[in-house]
Amino acid sequence: MTEGLRARPLTEAPGPAGPDATPTGSGHGAALRAFARHRLGLAGLALIAALTICCFLGPLVYHTDQVHANIQATNLPPGPGHPLGTDSNGYDILGRLMTGGQSTLEIALAVALLATAFGVAWGAVSGYTGGLADAVMMRVVDIALAIPAIFLLIFLSSVLRPTVGLLILVLSLLSWLGPARLVRGEALSLRTREFVEAVRVMGGARRRIVVRHLIPNTFGVIVVSATFQVADAIILLATLSFLGFGLPPPAATWGGMLSQGTTYLLDGYWWEVYPAGFVIMFTVIAFNLVGDALAASLDARLGPP
Amino acid sequence: MTAFIVRRVGQAVIVVIGVTAVTFLLEHLIPGNLARAILGSRASPAAIAAFNQANGLDHPLVEQYATFLGHLARGDLGYSYRLNQSVDSLVVHQLPNDLLIVGTALVLALVIAIPLGIAQATRRNRALDHLATSAAFALYSMPSYWLAILLIAGLSIAVRAFPAEAPQAATVGGMLADPRALVLPVLTLTLVNVALFSRYMRAAAIGTLAEDYIRVARAKGLPARLVLSRHVLRNSLISVTTLVGLSFPAILTSGLVVEYVFNVPGVGLTYYTAAVNSDYPVELGITVLVGVVTVVGNLCADLAYAVLDPRVRYDGAR
Repeated sequence: MTEGLRARPLTEAPGPAGPDATPTGSGHGAALRAFARHRLGLAGLALIAALTICCFLGPLVYHTDQVHANIQATNLPPGPGHPLGTDSNGYDILGRLMTGGQSTLEIALAVALLATAFGVAWGAVSGYTGGLADAVMMRVVDIALAIPAIFLLIFLSSVLRPTVGLLILVLSLLSWLGPARLVRGEALSLRTREFVEAVRVMGGARRRIVVRHLIPNTFGVIVVSATFQVADAIILLATLSFLGFGLPPPAATWGGMLSQGTTYLLDGYWWEVYPAGFVIMFTVIAFNLVGDALAASLDARLGPP
Repeated sequence: MTAFIVRRVGQAVIVVIGVTAVTFLLEHLIPGNLARAILGSRASPAAIAAFNQANGLDHPLVEQYATFLGHLARGDLGYSYRLNQSVDSLVVHQLPNDLLIVGTALVLALVIAIPLGIAQATRRNRALDHLATSAAFALYSMPSYWLAILLIAGLSIAVRAFPAEAPQAATVGGMLADPRALVLPVLTLTLVNVALFSRYMRAAAIGTLAEDYIRVARAKGLPARLVLSRHVLRNSLISVTTLVGLSFPAILTSGLVVEYVFNVPGVGLTYYTAAVNSDYPVELGITVLVGVVTVVGNLCADLAYAVLDPRVRYDGAR
């Protein structure tokens, strides 16, 4: 949430002024080329690709039973048959990381998409409409932002039984606020630009202005924010599971694995702690790296909140 | 200036009322109803009716909400039927512990992050800058409990320097009596906050260094040390006030997690325990409290910003 800290520079060109030209069309190629020069961003992207392949295709090659506990093979150190050992239920840790990764990546991506779509629509309408509607819509955002997400998440999980669908819904409900504020700020400055005025003068409907002009012009900021949304959703999700309010067993979650492994920290079962912890950390790092590189290449003045 | 303050306080009041409304509605999300949740699934309909009548739950929603607001206004955050204690008395006893741990970490983080950010900005793209940026990036991408676990594994298990559990005392005095046990929770929160602040501090200082008045100060021969302390530090501090205000939710979140990991007897741990035991009144009372603290934190930051930076006053008065 940097938007309150520093004003955006007003130096970008508004793009082709024709009412229906895609204003950022030519900018995307340049931004992609700039991104390709960011070695850390590319490393992040490679890490995400590798993780996705491991989690979704890995189990096809590396078969493990992640549903039935095996009490004859509990807490085994890494060795033949179990490259990363087994946990206190006898689940193979490598296989469990893959299964947990599937739900983590699915939920986080879905949340980023849903939250961004809703937040963008909310922010664009609020910023473009202005006046009382804007004030009311932004107070709604303020109210939702006032209660830290983790408190609401814990409450909702203690009341309702979490499922993948419910987690996506609840996390999205808590995550659209950032994009909404961001896009509102963009919309506020764009609505006074000449090319928007031109559409208005020509009788363009409000809907057309918002959908065809405001949103495409904030595309860069939106993509960057969505990338950070994925990272934030992974942290929130893992925190929730770590505290024991995530998907119930036998579902595998990275946070849950870490929480369970921590119990054995004093026994020296390091393989039950470090793989899960580092996987969470490196996944978040990967998305943050990509987000940073995108931000730099699109010159969007935005960092992770 | 007055217009700005009035408008800003008005906004905060609206948001606080919204927070209470959200919390009030959350209470009605509880499956079945509050009476069933508290009296148990085998309570007789008569007992439930009696409970509802005694607690005013048979009145219309709007009336219930008005009563709820009235209670809050008097500082009554609800009653825990499980602990047989009012939520406010529970919180009042624990809040000093939170203030001690979270407050100490916040102050330490600012003391570290502000000079670090300025040092990074003045030596941009040198070894120190890259090192600090990478460290902040890694810390920023770590969930706070993962950092806590790493610190426990390193400083409490491998090297037996500090205990892995916070002092189990009811009062701040008791907590302070065992300072070694405070080190790990405070260190965890400090590192998390340094990662949060130093990035912004660096960006703010880089922005300030590019201003014309810095060039003027240098051109008139002001020594570099004075340029930094009089101009860069003072101007960058303005954005830090906002940052701290905006960071309240993040600080409270990591506070909750750290209290859970280190078993700190504070409000965050109480919230967690209440959630595990389905002690809804405690959860809701603390949720309202946390919401109000966040709003007041934001408000104070904005007002401080207006006092520190005259340009904002002009903007706000328009």
